[in-house]
Amino acid sequence: MKVAAQPFEFVTATYLTRIGNQKAQNLFELRQGLETCSDASIFYHTFQSLGRYHYLTQGFSSDFAQWVLAACNRPSLAEELAALDIRDYIAVADLRRDLDKIVGTYCSARPEDAQQASFEPFYFCEAIGVTAPLGLEAWNLEEFRRCIEMLSHASFHFHFISSRLRLQLRTNDFSLWLADNLGLESLAKQLNRIDIYTNTVETAKARIVALVDKELAA
Amino acid sequence: MTITAQGIRLIRLDDYGQLLGESEVAELRAIAAPLRGRTVEMVNSTAVGGGVAEILNRLVPVLEELGLAVRWDVITGGNDFFEITKAFHNALHGGDYKMPPESFDVFLAYNEQNRARLQLDAEFIVIHDPQPSALIEARREGSGHWIWRCHIDLSHPHPAVWSFLEPYVLRYDGALFSSPEFSRQLSIPQYLFYPCIDPLSEKNRDLEPEYVGSVLEHFAIDPKRPLLTQISRFDRLKDPLGVLRAYQIVKRYFDCQLVLAGGGAADDPEGGVVLEEVRQAAQGDPDVHILDLPPWSALEINALQQASTIIIQKSLREGFGLTVTEALWKKKPTVASAVGGIPTQVIHKHTGLLCHSVEGCAYQIRFLLSNPAIAERLGEQGHQHVREHFLITSNARRYLTLFLHLLDFRRI
Repeated sequence: MKVAAQPFEFVTATYLTRIGNQKAQNLFELRQGLETCSDASIFYHTFQSLGRYHYLTQGFSSDFAQWVLAACNRPSLAEELAALDIRDYIAVADLRRDLDKIVGTYCSARPEDAQQASFEPFYFCEAIGVTAPLGLEAWNLEEFRRCIEMLSHASFHFHFISSRLRLQLRTNDFSLWLADNLGLESLAKQLNRIDIYTNTVETAKARIVALVDKELAA
Repeated sequence: MTITAQGIRLIRLDDYGQLLGESEVAELRAIAAPLRGRTVEMVNSTAVGGGVAEILNRLVPVLEELGLAVRWDVITGGNDFFEITKAFHNALHGGDYKMPPESFDVFLAYNEQNRARLQLDAEFIVIHDPQPSALIEARREGSGHWIWRCHIDLSHPHPAVWSFLEPYVLRYDGALFSSPEFSRQLSIPQYLFYPCIDPLSEKNRDLEPEYVGSVLEHFAIDPKRPLLTQISRFDRLKDPLGVLRAYQIVKRYFDCQLVLAGGGAADDPEGGVVLEEVRQAAQGDPDVHILDLPPWSALEINALQQASTIIIQKSLREGFGLTVTEALWKKKPTVASAVGGIPTQVIHKHTGLLCHSVEGCAYQIRFLLSNPAIAERLGEQGHQHVREHFLITSNARRYLTLFLHLLDFRRI
């Protein structure tokens, strides 16, 4: 079995939610908030919300989409916002631009709807994160598989989802290591194709384990 | 679980691992590692009774087992002090404030007395609620990090009380709120800290089916027919009469039973009046069980929740609503009003169903009784939601993260 030049070192991330002083009570104010809130706030309401509600496979792709649906009753706009796939983004600025464009287009086309007060306000929050090494490392595919099974939700989210922003690549920590260190490019691609919107963390982990098992058996 | 020589069962961190997965506890230990030996002082106003003491009773041993040196201090005061702080509490919730002007001086005098008595020299000092908030006067240049944990809804405070307290609050390094809706625009950082339940406590641990059956038998509840339950003290804001009316509508369609269980009637004159009103409104219906339970009924309440088909929380106003957290943890399909902290827990159609009226409450109950598969899915997702956000382990994790953040440790 091939041994990696560099081990995969598993860490976890833990987040604190900072409540901002900014809130929106209609779609115009949401747009204003999208333009001026911090990058940490965009991250919290998109990448982080997917992790916070990982056990739900419907809705909640982003807090923005959920609020537009539940508090503003604008399902078409909510669907457009929910359709943005965070895996397509390697920079928060690009994600912010697209969110802003969608809401802005809606506000221009339907200014009366956009002015209507929401059932409840949207509070812009921020994610403040720190990392901690777990003391787990993998030098080969078997060890990698064993570690994946032991991973918590937070650690999995850190390596598999929010890693894109850190790497500024359209991939995740696992795929990058498998390709670069074990030369398993096909397996790396298969992992990267797992749909994080229709899987929970548990089912996504199970899919990774199944793919690794298939590779080990080959 | 460790059993002492006296036969007392002590909950250990590893017991949570058995329930939540070893990786969750291993991760808590990894996050806590850089904080080993750091000192923390928690200060509140009561050692027993009330949600804050209940949380600290579990949180302090968990943080200690993770290697932090935690001290929990309780402030002291005379009846006059606690009358004033109770008035503060109601006023900060948006109620009237009718205490004499000198009440502010009395408040400060007791805070000063406690300041002289307490050490207040830890690296992280967490002051809970308004009662000890003026202890911040003890802060010296270069001293530890001071945090104010506000457990109450501060969104619409009485101006006189808030303008008195605000200058003290603004001297802290940060304030912790249970929900963004409960916070205020402040010049210090505000963080979201949900309240929590202990899954291993008497109120929430798994019970033997035989024990649950014996509790039903004791209260003459039929285990074979659907059981709707609201656990709340007898208080108009919990709308027990509204729950009864919703049950009466549901009863036209389903042969069900209702349990309204809670306490507070014995030591609260208004509670007694409300209890009597509910009894009269039930008109002797044998399927309505109105149970005025003493404060030491945690196991019985747990059993009633576990035996329920649907749990209701039809409050007109609510704080965070930990009875909802308890219901969700027990995988119970829950119908609750969209007030206070409830929508944070009951995400409509995902972790339960929200309602806004008696009729809406009745309709959602009928919907769940007609669709048991959906009810089961909501119950399962509600359980996951609590597991992720509202358990004592999540609370400990948040404190660890806050302390690391304040130390500027390995920020992402």
